[in-house]
Amino acid sequence: MGAAASMIPAIPVIGKPIDPERMLESVDPATKKKMADIALNAARSQGATYTDVRVGRYLNQFVVTREDKVQNIVNTETYGMGIRVIANGGWGFAATDKLDNDSIAQTARLAVAIAKENSRLLTEPVRLAPQKGFGEVSWKAPIEKNAFEVPIKEKVDLLLGVNSAAMKSGADYINSILFLVNEQKYFASSEGSYIDQDVHRIWPVFFVTKIDKETGKFETRNSLSTPIGMGYEYLNARPQDKIQGVTTLYKGRYDMLEDAKAAGAQAGEKLKAKSVEPGKYDLVLDPSHLWLTIHESVGHPSELDRVLGYEANFAGTSFLTLDKWQSKNFKFGSNLVNLVADKTQVGSLGAVGYDDEGVKCGQWDIIKDGVLVNYQAIRDQAHILGLDASQGCCYADNWSSVQFQRMPNVSLQPGKEKKSMDDIIKGVEKGIYIVGDGSFSIDQQRYNFQFGGQLFYEIKNGKIVGALKDVAYQSNTQEFWNSCVGIADSSDYRLGGSFFDGKGQPGQVSAVSHGSSTARFNGVNVINTSRKI
Amino acid sequence: MTLLTKDEAYAILKKVLSYSKADECEVNLAGTNSSNIRYARNAVSTSGSISQFQLVVSSAYGKKSGIATINELDDTSLEKVVRRSEELAQLAPENPEYVSFLGPQTYAEPITYVPATAAITPKMRADAVAQSLQVAKGTKTVAAGFLEDNNGFTAMMNSKGLFAYNTSTNTNFSITMRTEDGKGSGYATRGYNDITKLNVKEATEIAAQKAVKSATAKGIEPGKYTVILEPAAAAVLLERIFFGLDARQADEGRSFLSKPGGGTKLGEKLVDERVNIYSNPLHPDLPTSTWNGDGRPQEKVSWIEKGVIKNLTYSRYWAQNKNVKAVPGPDAAIMEGGTKSLEELIAGTKKGVLVTRLWYIRDVDPQTLLLTGLTRDGTFYIENGKIQYPIKNFRFNESPIIMLNNLEELGKVERTVSVESNVNYLLPPLKIRDFTFSSLSDAV
Repeated sequence: MGAAASMIPAIPVIGKPIDPERMLESVDPATKKKMADIALNAARSQGATYTDVRVGRYLNQFVVTREDKVQNIVNTETYGMGIRVIANGGWGFAATDKLDNDSIAQTARLAVAIAKENSRLLTEPVRLAPQKGFGEVSWKAPIEKNAFEVPIKEKVDLLLGVNSAAMKSGADYINSILFLVNEQKYFASSEGSYIDQDVHRIWPVFFVTKIDKETGKFETRNSLSTPIGMGYEYLNARPQDKIQGVTTLYKGRYDMLEDAKAAGAQAGEKLKAKSVEPGKYDLVLDPSHLWLTIHESVGHPSELDRVLGYEANFAGTSFLTLDKWQSKNFKFGSNLVNLVADKTQVGSLGAVGYDDEGVKCGQWDIIKDGVLVNYQAIRDQAHILGLDASQGCCYADNWSSVQFQRMPNVSLQPGKEKKSMDDIIKGVEKGIYIVGDGSFSIDQQRYNFQFGGQLFYEIKNGKIVGALKDVAYQSNTQEFWNSCVGIADSSDYRLGGSFFDGKGQPGQVSAVSHGSSTARFNGVNVINTSRKI
Repeated sequence: MTLLTKDEAYAILKKVLSYSKADECEVNLAGTNSSNIRYARNAVSTSGSISQFQLVVSSAYGKKSGIATINELDDTSLEKVVRRSEELAQLAPENPEYVSFLGPQTYAEPITYVPATAAITPKMRADAVAQSLQVAKGTKTVAAGFLEDNNGFTAMMNSKGLFAYNTSTNTNFSITMRTEDGKGSGYATRGYNDITKLNVKEATEIAAQKAVKSATAKGIEPGKYTVILEPAAAAVLLERIFFGLDARQADEGRSFLSKPGGGTKLGEKLVDERVNIYSNPLHPDLPTSTWNGDGRPQEKVSWIEKGVIKNLTYSRYWAQNKNVKAVPGPDAAIMEGGTKSLEELIAGTKKGVLVTRLWYIRDVDPQTLLLTGLTRDGTFYIENGKIQYPIKNFRFNESPIIMLNNLEELGKVERTVSVESNVNYLLPPLKIRDFTFSSLSDAV
């Protein structure tokens, strides 16, 4: 569904269910190297001038519950090989789940045949940025506790406890899900790289509903967790991982039980909350909300493939055209606004050692002191920006998907002045404090957007005075970021993110994080979303 | 990959079941070949071919069930995967909502497989794109498009005697043409089971015309307007109704189909009485599978008749709980239309907005099915029965339920594809009064 960031887990079972003990198996890199070499040799013999091979084993585990029932425990595995080649100057790609020698060679030959067939429709040959071969190297996510090693019973007990806590505090319904990912990715190229990587991600999430039986009205409150690039340790929140305020917020680690208890009560409070008066407000946005605004209004428009028109038929283009970057003075946001791309941030969803075309990952500025200074590029785009190397933004969501330009972690840098979340709220006369992500939509060039949230609090004269509902704000990306007048310091910095950022044809998803501290935006248009049918 | 015939699939499934020692066992078998070609900036960007195969075994002991899969068909592998699924079933917690597998069913013969689609080659895809690029050259526009095709089979069998088999083919094409200065954009999409019905050149020409005509857009004030939604625009709004027909959600009080004080709106008039929506897996212009994933037959079902909600979808558990027929959700939907062409609808409009495509549709309020999103790739102002000029894009905040109560007219039905879900539909263009545009967008 859809093209843009998607957070609601429709439980995309991309793979094949397997039994639990197989989740801990991995394939010997030497075996993968042998298979990769067969593909590399077969493609070269057919005339490929460049080949890369990805042998991927992707493991997912879902534990799905509602109220006092376990609805599903699903283990999936998908294992196969994708082969990408350049022949006659154009790209070709083929993939197979048959990993015998003949099938691998046949798939490589098919990729070359496709490239040659399509090369007659090129306007110019592919230009790859130089990339040295790294030889045999590896990278592992620095997790403390492999979630796949945790017994199923422990996960079930956690979720049923979460459901019970929410029901006791007033929820009528709750769905809770534990979603675990392990990507075992092997990359080999005709340039001499053999890269073995082990990536882990986790997302505990719930959805609470409270119904007013008399009126038939209902309200929901989703968890304030974030999908994150950590192991099971994410679910072990310590006192220092919590920020106490009008609601408890989580930094680095997450207390699912405590959040569910709060959610049950808050869903009921939302039923009684004041419906917002539409108009202009100063918004104070918590990182659990602001990550999504960053994702949609900064992450996507600074993707170079959109800027150039490669996504024009589906996900759209971008208002951040090359002339704006070339001018060196395009005022994207206020002077406070610094947005950094980072593929190495520890614990983030996008962190890897090497991207899916064998480029070592790093960090760079996209918006510096409010000015557009860079984009996100891969090997065949680097020359357009005058870069002598790729920025390492290539990713495929599966061995069967062709890799292309995907977003790195893009994060708003904390304010340089010492300022807490409370300090930000103190300065607001008429405003709304928004926690958690909700409804989201933005146009195909990333100007006009509308966002909801989970919890809305009215601010009057520097103080939170009560809960609101039916809140959504609309703005234009450039106006919004230029209205940024305050950002809390690094002590408030937290990550949010998405497991299912969608892009491309055929559609692919990727997981990406966005960090920020609490920030203030002045004079934003707020609408009331209540209707009658 | 060569697709397995019905007899070949039957023999493999029978063999798998012969290894089962569980109370119940069900096996699903599927294989697909899918290929695509994508282009942008008037040149091919990516293109690929993927072949995949899958065998899934579900075993159950009482209300405990387990699932395991494999992609090898030798006897040792088949027995191994059955044993694995049985081990997992023994480890799994009991699910009080578990429902025993279905017994034998009767299915209509599907009409979803067209040999011509299965026979498409890389050269034919490239030739199709070449036609599209020729249009771009002739109209001085920039093409970005996507053509995909697939063919495959699915089969299932269980220990209670159920057997089902289906083959299918499908092709989807979409094209966005933009003027060279980036000021105009137009879109067209087509979907068929039969590739011979696809005319890439014709669709590209329509998109190019829209691009050229939309290049000098003016801004008009947001507000409530009479709109004409082309079928591709109507699809992304109407499908949110189709996706929301779940009986359990409605019974539980958390759906736009729930009633205050309890109960659902089943049997009640929800929208204008000219609205008739149904699904039919044997419709010649929109054939779909005659059985769903858990083996239930897919039959012709009326969902909305003369504006009244006639059926809701039920899981087998919820149907058992409510003692009603377990109607599965449809794979596609058909809305009856009228006799007027799009041009005739425009000709009968005093003041209004023609919307050719909608984009980034998201739920704002599940209680009222309020959605938000934007117009895209060609939005035009209509006055005195004629398109007067292109206009800038709008953000809308509207519920398809409210929209179908503000129905002015229905046009002729045509097959279209949802840009959000990729599902194919048969839908008419819709003329709607008081459609709510809440703000302007500068996006082209």
